[in-house]
Amino acid sequence: MGENLFVGMAKGLRTWLESNHFLPIVTDVFLMLLAVVGVLGFLFLNALFLIYYDRKFGAWVQARLGPNRVGPRGIFQTVADTLKLFAKEIFIPNNVDRWPYLLAPVLIFTIPVMLFLVIPFGKGMVPYDLNLGVLYLVAVTSVETIVLWMAGWSSNNKYSLLGAMRSVAQMLSYEMPVIFAMLSVVMMAGSMKLSDIVAAQQKVWFIFLQPVGFLIYFIAVNAEFKRTPFDLVEGESEIISGPYTEYSGMNFALFFLAEYTNFMIGAIMVTTLFLGGWNAPFGWTFIPSWLWFIIKMYFVITLYMWTRWTFLRIRIDQMLNFAWKFLLPVSLVNIFVTGVGLYLYRMIRW
Amino acid sequence: MEIKTIQSEEEKLIGKNVFLTTLDAVFNWARGNSLWPLTFGLACCAIEVMAAGGPKYDFSRFGYEVWRPSPRHADLMIVAGTITKKMQPLVLRLYEQMAEPKYVIAMGSCAISGGPFVDSYHVVPGANTFLPVDVYIPGCPPRPEALLYGWLELKRKIQNPRVVKK
Repeated sequence: MGENLFVGMAKGLRTWLESNHFLPIVTDVFLMLLAVVGVLGFLFLNALFLIYYDRKFGAWVQARLGPNRVGPRGIFQTVADTLKLFAKEIFIPNNVDRWPYLLAPVLIFTIPVMLFLVIPFGKGMVPYDLNLGVLYLVAVTSVETIVLWMAGWSSNNKYSLLGAMRSVAQMLSYEMPVIFAMLSVVMMAGSMKLSDIVAAQQKVWFIFLQPVGFLIYFIAVNAEFKRTPFDLVEGESEIISGPYTEYSGMNFALFFLAEYTNFMIGAIMVTTLFLGGWNAPFGWTFIPSWLWFIIKMYFVITLYMWTRWTFLRIRIDQMLNFAWKFLLPVSLVNIFVTGVGLYLYRMIRW
Repeated sequence: MEIKTIQSEEEKLIGKNVFLTTLDAVFNWARGNSLWPLTFGLACCAIEVMAAGGPKYDFSRFGYEVWRPSPRHADLMIVAGTITKKMQPLVLRLYEQMAEPKYVIAMGSCAISGGPFVDSYHVVPGANTFLPVDVYIPGCPPRPEALLYGWLELKRKIQNPRVVKK
């Protein structure tokens, strides 16, 4: 019953609209809009919950209690924070470049929303199944750095500029291992379509066939989305808040929300590429596929939070050295081994 | 006397406007529940602030643990320690860089009045000489419980603006 909840709802709505003799294009547009609203709702609710969960998790790691006064167990803490930021003054310094400065917080949130276009949330639940889904993910993710550069440059503040430069360096160097780790998965699946990649993991997840690729991807995605061992872009103790330094009120809240949405995207990408997406493990199909997807996503998110609250921030030279001198060669070797393995596998089979 | 009566009439008019008052109440509730402090400390009182953030006292229970390094994001300035004449312009600049609405807590006897160093040639006699202080927390330094109490008093002050005006 739960399995076809959302797909069935969409189907029922479509038949109802068609039986009422709406134009086919109207029906399509309406359903697409509904999907967009659904995805946006999923995104916002999860981002709100994630901020709360991150604070709570950090508190547990440090033997504290964490937010527990606003609402039951502090669940409305993020709501209070968002409302406060909503009513806070939006401060625009005198010497900023107004257009890029005001545009950056708007654009920063469109990128994660765009990424959700190709994610398979469950069986038959892909907003738009692109042929080049993996390429699309890589391409759109790296646009984020341009927005951060806009914010950093236009703020006219040395800390913002330093943070933006770091974000560019970080993105350039960690994009390579991410792409190569994805490439090994694409080689195994034989397709760049995300639904094909999920389907290829029906029996064995790629984490077992590509353990090295998984580790590289896990680390590099953490760096790409600037979580704590690699959060040099924000680096509080060195460069105030990096590109966000001059933003206040709702502008800052958008950056904050986008950060957590990006984090969620990272977890979703790890889930889809390596943990079998919405596939149920051990044939436990009594839990619907979209719920499996969310469970796995939160498992990966918890892993990332664990990393975040355990490790310290590393220096920029250490980080770039790690990317170029360790992750990149290892991922190249991984691709080579994967290719040889695939070739041998085919030879044995035939 | 006259000014006071005019104010109260205005407040009566505002009271009739249900929409405005409820929206204000919602935002005041939100402000009181998410006071993000600015990361800075001036002297030994800052150590007590750190202790208040640790596992034993833990002000994150009230949602106040989001320390913001940039004054643009912060709501609350805790003046924790002695303000020297050399530091005073910098503290003032930090306060001016904060976005409205912003609050100030003067923590410890140095921030209230100069404390044991009040006679010194280089100490400013209290934060209220150049900042609008909302809550004073006495002590030298105040214990973490006192800081928490002062913080919650500030929350009470934000959430009940009428009571404070009287």
